[in-house]
Amino acid sequence: MSKRPEHLAPPELFYNEAEARKYTQNSRIIDIQGQMTERCVELLLLPEDAPCLLLDIGCGSGLSGTVLEENGHMWIGMDISPAMLDVALERETEGDLILADMGEGVPFRAGCFDGAVSVSALQWLFNADKKSHKPVKRLYTFFSTLYAALSRSARAVFQFYPENESQIELLTTQAMKAGFYGGVVIDYPNSAKAKKFFLVLMTGGSAPLPKALGTEDMNDNLEIKYARREATKNARGKPLKNTRAWLLEKKERRRKQGKETKPDTKYTGRKRSGRF
Amino acid sequence: MKLITHNMLTSKCLKGVTTGYPLSIKATNVKVTEVDFNPEFITRIIPKLDWDVLWSAADSIGHSEGLPKTVEPKFEDDEEFLKKAHRVLLEIEVEEGHLTCPESGRQFPISKGIPNMLLTEAEVQ
Ligand SMILES: C[S@@+](CC[C@H](N)C(=O)[O-])C[C@H]1O[C@@H](n2cnc3c(N)ncnc32)[C@H](O)[C@@H]1O
Repeated sequence: MSKRPEHLAPPELFYNEAEARKYTQNSRIIDIQGQMTERCVELLLLPEDAPCLLLDIGCGSGLSGTVLEENGHMWIGMDISPAMLDVALERETEGDLILADMGEGVPFRAGCFDGAVSVSALQWLFNADKKSHKPVKRLYTFFSTLYAALSRSARAVFQFYPENESQIELLTTQAMKAGFYGGVVIDYPNSAKAKKFFLVLMTGGSAPLPKALGTEDMNDNLEIKYARREATKNARGKPLKNTRAWLLEKKERRRKQGKETKPDTKYTGRKRSGRF
Repeated sequence: MKLITHNMLTSKCLKGVTTGYPLSIKATNVKVTEVDFNPEFITRIIPKLDWDVLWSAADSIGHSEGLPKTVEPKFEDDEEFLKKAHRVLLEIEVEEGHLTCPESGRQFPISKGIPNMLLTEAEVQ
């Protein structure tokens, strides 16, 4: 039996007041959405140290937006669920919000965003929740209007939960038709738990290439449709941000630079309990 | 809705509408909240704005006082100007009211600061 929320109800009904609250208060969800958003930001390859204007598609209650803020960016979020947006208001996120259905198109004028992220929302577009809904058409409308709203050389990165290969095919085909190029990056493909799908779309132009995360490898991989990253630690590039491995590496770098650094202990990189 | 969002927002997703820009604002409640001033962000965003639209939008909700009508070539060195731009882009928010599509006259309600851009089935392209 399927436990996918997309199969249960349309998004604006599934994410009702109770679900929106439950979702936003769950510390495991907060963590995971945060990590996945960090990874999306990495894959955006934004110009270094420049505060950008980003679009958050399916922004929900702003868990992803909070990470965009922490990275120094301003964001505008769109979501179809009024209940999720209400919780975003309560949380006093810095982003500005609009109530909109991405399948109807991205209602912004040409070239305004430096990038777009979408965390755990894209799979909802495979639904046909109304008689008039044709997923292929909605995908195309979405991608083509998104393409227009991005500035030249901007990227859009989506973390999403595909159900099968043919959904990935359909996504990439519609995105390419709309003018994007790019592909799907699969992090930790061999781990049932950590495996994550990211659709990385580029608008062309010459993207600024930052130093981060084994870029050479990634760009090679993006050319092929299903780019894969090694699951083995450190096999390619830096470990995933905010993990223990990442922290240890960062501390080692600081030591080499002669900066004052706390010794590594078994507590390094652990979550604080919040009770002191 | 902040005016930065208004400056980017269109009704072009409506069937039969081509640009859907700028949307006119009718505000019944406007609030001002303090936001940290980030001159770098403001400097980066100004070239992307339609300044005339920003000025008129501010004017239509009673907040154009002191706001220059044009952007000077060397605006990035003018902190006074950047602060004014910051205020009008990020601190002034339309809480209640509606937006109107310049081509079709379709109205989009704004409630609790959130514009409702959802379309009916017949309005989708
Ligand atoms: C799992 S939540 C993720 C929210 C947020 N990005 C986060 O990381 O916490 C998925 C969100 O996608 C939104 N969504 C689903 N279908 C949508 C659509 N067609 N247009 C806009 N938003 C949609 C839902 O309302 C929900 O808020």
